[in-house]
Amino acid sequence: MGRLNVNLCGIELDNPIIPASGTFGYGYEYADLYDINILGTFSFKGTTKDPRFGNPTPRIAECYSGMINAVGLQNPGVEKVISEELPKLKECFDKKVMANVGGFSVDEYVYTAKKLDKEEQVGWIEVNISCPNVHGGGIAFGTCPDNAALITKAVKEAVSKPVIVKLSPNVTDIVAIAKAVEEAGADAISLINTMLGMRIDLRTRKPVIANKMGGFSGPAIFPVALRMVYQVAHAVNIPVIGMGGVSSAEDVIEMMLAGATAVQVGAANLVDPYVCKDIIEKLPQVMDKYNINNLNEIIGGVK
Amino acid sequence: MKQSMFKIAENSALTSNVFKMKLIGDVSDITRSGQFINIKLDGLYLRRPISVFDRDDESVTIIYKVVGHGTEQMSKMQVGEELDVLTGLGNGYNTSLCKEHAVLLGGGVGVPPLYMLAKTLIKEGKKVSVVLGFNTKDEVFCEEDFKKLGADVKVTTVDGSYGIKGFVTDALPENFDHFFTCGPEPMLKAVYKATNTSGQMSFEERMGCGFGACMGCSCKTLTGYKRICKDGPVMLKEEILWED
Repeated sequence: MGRLNVNLCGIELDNPIIPASGTFGYGYEYADLYDINILGTFSFKGTTKDPRFGNPTPRIAECYSGMINAVGLQNPGVEKVISEELPKLKECFDKKVMANVGGFSVDEYVYTAKKLDKEEQVGWIEVNISCPNVHGGGIAFGTCPDNAALITKAVKEAVSKPVIVKLSPNVTDIVAIAKAVEEAGADAISLINTMLGMRIDLRTRKPVIANKMGGFSGPAIFPVALRMVYQVAHAVNIPVIGMGGVSSAEDVIEMMLAGATAVQVGAANLVDPYVCKDIIEKLPQVMDKYNINNLNEIIGGVK
Repeated sequence: MKQSMFKIAENSALTSNVFKMKLIGDVSDITRSGQFINIKLDGLYLRRPISVFDRDDESVTIIYKVVGHGTEQMSKMQVGEELDVLTGLGNGYNTSLCKEHAVLLGGGVGVPPLYMLAKTLIKEGKKVSVVLGFNTKDEVFCEEDFKKLGADVKVTTVDGSYGIKGFVTDALPENFDHFFTCGPEPMLKAVYKATNTSGQMSFEERMGCGFGACMGCSCKTLTGYKRICKDGPVMLKEEILWED
């Protein structure tokens, strides 16, 4: 076992680095740049039952140390993901992939999760109950403990693979939601999804984003994400995947000290497409610098 | 796509707010006119996508207009400073779709990507007519560059202060078999209506990554959803779906 290895719900990862859903497509775009098998795994683009175009453009706004996106779960639908995207991924990725599932009703989540669960390439189902960019779905389930538990339970009963529930930071009590999904049977929790944000164009006096608001991500949200990972990791007994503004090996170690078993990297991929490769390469030397022999020894190290 | 460091060899003003920047570095991934590069700037999170004006064996030249913080910062950079750049982005123009006579229609900062295109078409032995559209005389740039290539060049200004009064569509030549265009969307729509040949149009959108990963710049076309950054920015006239 290497010093970077971590275990995520029974599956061994070579390292804790996981590109986050929505920033890594279905993987093969990045395989042109580097061998994506060096990753722990990655979470593929949020997939829904039916194909979706998503929101009108502009969908992107820049912010200080971050960005807002309002893509709105654009994806080809679960059938096409299975028939077209996964075979393409198979050519460049030998590991288990994390299947990110979105939806607009309990039935939709269950339908999509069930289909993806049967795919041999899929290692985990990450249930996105925290997308801020779609109406009547996503975040509507993730901001209320009862609804979050309802989705978790329904998906958990329908699939055989580990279920990771991805939480929204746009709530008053993140711990209450985390505890509710743990109780409902979640195998792990990932957090945080983006924070609801907005920008206004001074020239047009209109929101920059066509959908008015969108999900704010990037280094600016790192301290908030870290705080929430810390709170949740200390309140539940299932693994936590930390994310939110992670951009360096140092950030990864901070997340793990706060309680994360694995770490997702999102917006940074869009600005620096090689960032995950760089983080994985730099982790050993940053570990040396801070006298860390093995990453497992620091998970939740900060009490 | 490639990520590498480039050194600024030139950064000069063409008009009061349009600048030309020559960057020296690895340009091996820039294979077609109409592609763009994506530039990282200190203190700004997202990269700035800028179309390629020209390239040679060791450098790429861009022409950009100061429209916000990023381009303003670029305009103040000095020769010798370095920039982190992603190159080889976008599909670019397909010159093989033009048989004999191409018309190139550029509006404002939509003009630059047509330069390398004109060069390529002329090298392929095709006749090239260029119409460059601007609002007013003070905004005109690159007219001489196109003339030096041997293209037939016309300039239009909306206020009539230089060249032909009107829009690029008011100066369309006769007998071309294919058009190439880049400019603001109202201009693209006008070109679409004013032409009855096949053609290619380059689109613009706010981008996240610039290389197809984030779905930030998607659009609907008659041949399905496309990402402007990766499946575009150049679209065929026949596949364009105007939404409003």
